[in-house]
Amino acid sequence: MVGKRLATIVSAGLSKFGRREGLYGRELFAEAAKEAYERCPNLIPKKDIKALFVGHMGESYEHQGHTGPTLADWAGLLPVQATRIENACASSGVALRLGTSAVFSGMYDIVMVGGVEKMTHRTTSDVTEFLAMASDFPFEQWHGITFPGLYALMATAHMHRYGTTEEQMAMVAVKNHHNGALNPKAHMQKEVTLEKAMSSRVIAWPLKLYDCSLITDGASCLILTKPELAKKFTDTPVHIIGSGQASDAIGLYEREDITTLKAGKLAGQEAYNKAKVKPQDVNVAEVHDCFTIAEIIAYEDLGFCKPGKGGSLVEEGATKIGGKIPVNTSGGLKSKGHPVGATGVGQAYEIYLQLTGQAEKRQVEGAEIGLSHNVGGSGATATVHIYRRG
Amino acid sequence: MAEKYPFTIEQFYKFVSERKLMAAKCKKCGTMLLPPRPMCTKCFSSDLEWVELKNKGKLLTYTVIHVSSKQFESLIPYAVGIVKLGDGPKLPGMIQDVEPEKISVGMSLEVDFDTTIPSEWPTWPRYFFKPS
Ligand SMILES: [Zn+2]
Repeated sequence: MVGKRLATIVSAGLSKFGRREGLYGRELFAEAAKEAYERCPNLIPKKDIKALFVGHMGESYEHQGHTGPTLADWAGLLPVQATRIENACASSGVALRLGTSAVFSGMYDIVMVGGVEKMTHRTTSDVTEFLAMASDFPFEQWHGITFPGLYALMATAHMHRYGTTEEQMAMVAVKNHHNGALNPKAHMQKEVTLEKAMSSRVIAWPLKLYDCSLITDGASCLILTKPELAKKFTDTPVHIIGSGQASDAIGLYEREDITTLKAGKLAGQEAYNKAKVKPQDVNVAEVHDCFTIAEIIAYEDLGFCKPGKGGSLVEEGATKIGGKIPVNTSGGLKSKGHPVGATGVGQAYEIYLQLTGQAEKRQVEGAEIGLSHNVGGSGATATVHIYRRG
Repeated sequence: MAEKYPFTIEQFYKFVSERKLMAAKCKKCGTMLLPPRPMCTKCFSSDLEWVELKNKGKLLTYTVIHVSSKQFESLIPYAVGIVKLGDGPKLPGMIQDVEPEKISVGMSLEVDFDTTIPSEWPTWPRYFFKPS
């Protein structure tokens, strides 16, 4: 018997991910909101939606803070309460959890959760600097450690302890690009060969260009209701049955073990317990592949395989569409793209499509239970959500 | 020594400018606090002392950075790693005076200091690691 329904997704929207020249983040958010409204004709947004929780990581990209009310305005939701959440790349995973809590607590019947980031108009070195703000300033950034550098430190440690190979990491990229090529909203809809991934330029050894997620513009949103109200709005609800979140030291160097993300593991355990499901019950998952090594570590932290076996799991093909546990059917952060604030809810959007049979060429047949896993920084924040087809 | 010095990150870097690596230690439960903190996060005591760390350690993991923020572009490619200092705490930093190809997990490193950087926020003198 699966766990109690915490809240129900009755609609979802996602802007096209990519290089969205000439647009501000708020305009991308309006694009996502419009799709969610069109999927849900019985909803009267201004009347029904009572709160907005929205993830947005950086003021630096657009020189814009105070994005909660701004996005509420562009989504046509003024004067609802609007709260912007910043937990680095996990900002909208946290927004999803807070929106779920708000509904589950009985405070609101209907809320919108979402996220946004506009990044591609900035230079790579600017983006590198802004992303690094999610790491420790006085001990990491100040010593020249970049964001890819932190995951590279994890990759070196994982390779040293478990024998994980650069080829296995590249296989994550090949798989996710294959999936992204099937996703009309993905940033980079093209396949990549193992050879090309392996020979791409080094960003932070052992991580190469194709081990890194994309700098992307995008926005995402979901409309959540009390489970009892869902029927009024949709015939194909998706219930959130598990939610977990945990924190860890901001400095990677402070953690006991850097071949795992403890916060990710703990968030997973909380979500599994609440949902009363086991890793082997999950039919489709979106995990936080900001770097290929992060997907391998996520397999292990979420119990899809034993610690140290993540490299073999991707090599066996278990995480392809059609495999035992398809992971990142959307293309993941790697190929769909990683507009950081939009990512957590963007993952939930893919699970929503999968569990309502709308994932087209990427459809995992008969998927009933889905999972999303969203990480902030080098793992100081993680959220995990578990979903059931209604 | 040194309870007159506050248990702050700024003070840590002031010690670095004197070519010393120091951590706060909880006198009650013995926990080493690095970065230093004004309160022990294990037992909540504020009865702390500064202790000097070993200047030798082992490399736990490393990477070679090829794309950096503007501030470090002139150094590319450069190596950074996490070093365990004796049986004490871990610290991240640059690895200098060695070809990146010759770096390996487990190698012995020692601490050195670049004290040419001004000692005021947000720039601090840097400690770094080199082969011992
Ligand atoms: Zn103590």
